[in-house]
Formats: sequence, structure tokens, C-alpha cells
Amino acid sequence: MITIKHIINFYTEGFRSMTIGKKLWLIIFIKLFIMFAILKLFFFPNFLQTNFSTDQERSDYVIEQLINNK
Amino acid sequence: MEHFDMALVDWSRAQFALTAMYHWIFVPLTLGLSFIVAIMMTIYVRTGNELWKKITKFWMTLFGVNFAIGVATGIILEFEFGTNWSNYSWFVGDIFGAPLAIEGIMAFFLESTFIAILFFGWGRVSKKFHMISAWMVALGSNLSALWILVANAWMQNPVGMRFNPDTARNEMVNFWEVLFSPTAINKFLHTISSGYVLSAIFVVGVSAWFLLKHRNVEFAKKSMIIAAVFGLLSSFYLVLTGDESARDIYHTQPMKFAAFEGLDDGNVSAPLVVIGFLKEVPDPRQPDVDRFAFKIEIPNLLSYMVALNSNVFVPGINDLINGNEKHGIMSYYEKIDKGKLAIKALGDYKDALERKDQVAAAENLKVFEANYAYFGYGYYDDPNDLVPNVPVAFYSFHIMVILGVHFMILFIVILVLLYKKKIEKTRWVLYVALWTIPLAYIASQAGWILAEMGRQPWVVQDLMPTLSAVSNIDKSSVVVTFWIFAVTFTVLLIAEIKIMVSQIVSGSKNEGGH
Repeated sequence: MITIKHIINFYTEGFRSMTIGKKLWLIIFIKLFIMFAILKLFFFPNFLQTNFSTDQERSDYVIEQLINNK
Repeated sequence: MEHFDMALVDWSRAQFALTAMYHWIFVPLTLGLSFIVAIMMTIYVRTGNELWKKITKFWMTLFGVNFAIGVATGIILEFEFGTNWSNYSWFVGDIFGAPLAIEGIMAFFLESTFIAILFFGWGRVSKKFHMISAWMVALGSNLSALWILVANAWMQNPVGMRFNPDTARNEMVNFWEVLFSPTAINKFLHTISSGYVLSAIFVVGVSAWFLLKHRNVEFAKKSMIIAAVFGLLSSFYLVLTGDESARDIYHTQPMKFAAFEGLDDGNVSAPLVVIGFLKEVPDPRQPDVDRFAFKIEIPNLLSYMVALNSNVFVPGINDLINGNEKHGIMSYYEKIDKGKLAIKALGDYKDALERKDQVAAAENLKVFEANYAYFGYGYYDDPNDLVPNVPVAFYSFHIMVILGVHFMILFIVILVLLYKKKIEKTRWVLYVALWTIPLAYIASQAGWILAEMGRQPWVVQDLMPTLSAVSNIDKSSVVVTFWIFAVTFTVLLIAEIKIMVSQIVSGSKNEGGH
């Protein structure tokens, strides 16, 4: 328990004493929000996962693409 | 080729190139600066000298800024695989899955655990443990790079796998062959050492700025010594790994090799073009032209470099297209025929399975497997479409090499001047050092342009051309996200530069800060 408390304190105090780090964390969070909540959700659906429900269908589709798109 | 929407292919390529190049702005500095910081911290722990503590904190803060701005920019590439490059993702899925999963589990956690100790550990953990954490961050950063570079190397030289015609996926049959292929080893070592050189240039350049401003003189000179020694040793290693990489490319991607040397017709005792300027030609892939407006070459050296024997034949673009019976080179025409045979056999195999005709299926599978090594060639009719953009390959290679030599000379000059205690008075060298920082980034990007543009039209060498790797999606969505990325990454880059500059200007006055 003491060890866990030490680890939590280590991180809490570390974050508290940050100077430039606070600005950097803000940038990281904004960046991750843009990436996952906007780009991934609205612009980057997984093409094969979205359009097909089974791996067999995905395989068949890719094979067809490989064979017929020559 | 007429079935492909080339505008979609080009936009998808442009988007991937944009995101990969922006991502690569941040990565090399992380790779090298992490080691430089670890070395500085080790000196501090061993000597107890407070100036080294100040130096370590300062460079560590810059490392932190770069790490924070750059972290997760690579995730965008993963998004693009799933959306824009679904055929490719499916085709290579099993090969890419293992290295990337290892990266996620091992290197990322190693890196992120110890990075917290590195930044929060001052006065909270023992000096020794703090120092070990610095080395673990460096190790973790470099291990992260290992797995993605192994995956990239596999695309340049696909080994250790078997294509499953029932699932349309390449399945790994030998993990160690994938991990330890000469292409993977050379790519990893050459890439990380290029990151070390770039980081050393960064430290030398920033330190030069301090000396030009007459600020923090001892601080700057000590930083410069560490960076210049680290950079010089890394430069030697960079040359060795570059030499090995070139030899590997000669064997595995001979067209790329011919393109970056601008070699149209092969030669026994082939010369190495040291510097050259290419003429403007209507089609840069067209091989039947006299390409050079001017060139300086060293006789026999190219042959010597590829086989340590100046009598070795180095094939040119024409030899690869038309074949060369004397030297055992199969023509692209023949490879195209074999590729078409493989594609047709795959289709016939699937048809036979549907008809439940096991005999026909087995026969077609045999034909397919015999010709699978040339599968990707089957998408083309004109062999000239299989030649990369020669000027791009030529210039990116030569810019990279010439700048690499410049960096090496700069490190030597800096060390000599430091030894003779004349560094502060030789202001022109300090200006050169400062303005070499952007050159290091140009060299680093040029290396990747050569690697990726030089291997076109392949996304997986000989097996899958870029045009058959893209998803059948609306081009406009790719265009929209291209511009979203362009704006987002540019904002991030401006943020990084602004924060970096403000930290450099103010950071050395106090104790760095994080």
C-alpha cells in the first residue's frame, strides 16, 4: 500500500511541479482529441471492417480486387 | 491499369507522404537526443558537477517538447492504412500485426514508464536509478523504431511469409527471417544512426547559437563536445550502414539502385556519380535518354562498392526492362507475363474451388505459386511504368550523401576547434553549425524520399503495386483529410518551433524546467 501511495504521490507531485510540461500536456490532449474524437470517428472508418461483417467476406472482396483490377 | 482511379491513388499517396514526413520531423530528434541526454546525465551522476545537471535538464526539456509534440503523430498512419489502403492492410496484415503489436506492448510501455521517472525523478529517486531511467527511455525510443522499421523493411524485401490464396493474406512462416533479414537490420541501423547524427547537429547548432550570443559559454562548449563526439561516431556508423544498405538494395531492389545512380545502361566496372545534374526530360521515367547535363564520376567505384570487385556488372534501367541474358537478368516483359499468369491462376483457382473441381484448383494453385514472386508485375502492360521517378531518386540520394559528408566534416572541425580552444573566435564555423540544423532535417527527409519514392511503383516489392493497394473510396474524402492534416501538422510544427525557441532562449538562464 505504501508503495502504491508513493507511486501516486510521485506522479501527482511531478505533474504539479511542471512548468512547460502543462502546456505540452494540453497540446497532447488537444491532439489526441482531434485524432480520435474527430478524425478517426468521422473521417477514418476502417474500410473493410465497416463494409463487411466477416473475414471471409473481406477475403473475397480483396481477392476480387486483386484479380479483377488488373 | 485502366481500372484504377489514378487521381485517388495519387491523393492517397500524397496524404500518406505528408503525414509520414511530418511524423519523421519529430522522430529522429527523439531517437538521438534521448541518448545524448542519457550520456549527459551519466556524466552528472559520475562527477556530481552541477553544471552537468543544468546541461542535462536543459536538453531534457527540449527532448520533452519534441517528444510531446511528436507523440501519436504516427497513429494517423495507422488510420490511413485502414481507410485508404485497405487492400494493402489486408494483404500484409499478418506480417504487420506481429511487429506492431510487439511495439505497442514492449517498447511503448518501457518508454512511457521511464519517461515519467526521467522528468519527475529529480530529487525523488536515487541518482543512479534516475540515470538508468534515462538510458531506458533512450532504449525504449529506439526499440519503438525497430518494429515499424522491420515492417517497412519487409515491404522493401518481403521474406519469411507465405501467401494464402484462400484468405488473400501473407502469413508469417518465419518471424526471425522477417526480423533479421539484411534489409531490416540495415534499415534499422541506418535509420537510427541518421537520427543520432541529426540530434547531434541539433545540439551542436543550438550550442553554436549560445556561443555566437556569448551566453552560457561553458554550458555550450560542454554540450558541443558531447554532441560532436556522439555525432562523429554516429556518422562513421551511418556511412557503414549506408554502404551495407546500398549493397542490399543492389540485390533486392536493383531498379531503385539504378534509378538513384541515374544508370540507364549497365556496366562492368561501373562508375559512381559523385555529383551530377540531370537534364529536363518530358518523362522522367523514360530510360532512352542521355540524362546528365553534367556529372563528376569515379571510375569503377560503383561496381567495387556493390561487390568489393570492380569487375562486377551493375545492371542499368534498360538491362532490367529488356533483360540481359549474359548476366542472367530476367526482363520486365517476362516478369509482366509471369505476373499476369499468377493473377489469372489465382482467379481460376477461386473459380475451380467454387465449382468444387479439386483437380483444376490444385493445378491453378501450382501455377500461381510458381509465379507468385512476380504477382505485382501482372498489373502492368508497359515496363516503363515500373521505373521510378529517376530525378527524385537521384537527387534525394545525392543530397543525403553530400549532406552526410558535410556533417562529418563539421563534427571534425568543431572538435578540432574545441581542442585548440578557438571555437568562440571562429564565428563562421558557428554560423555554419547553426544553419546546418535545417540541413540535417533535409538530409533525413531525403533518405526517406529515396527509400519510398525510389521503390515505386511497389508498396510491397514485386508483389503489390501502390495502385492495387488503395481502397475503393471517394477521392474527395482523401482530399479533405489531406488538407486537414496539412493544417493540423503545420500548426503542431509551428507550436514545436515556438516552444523550442522560447525554451532555448530562456531555458539556459534557469535550470531548464519541465
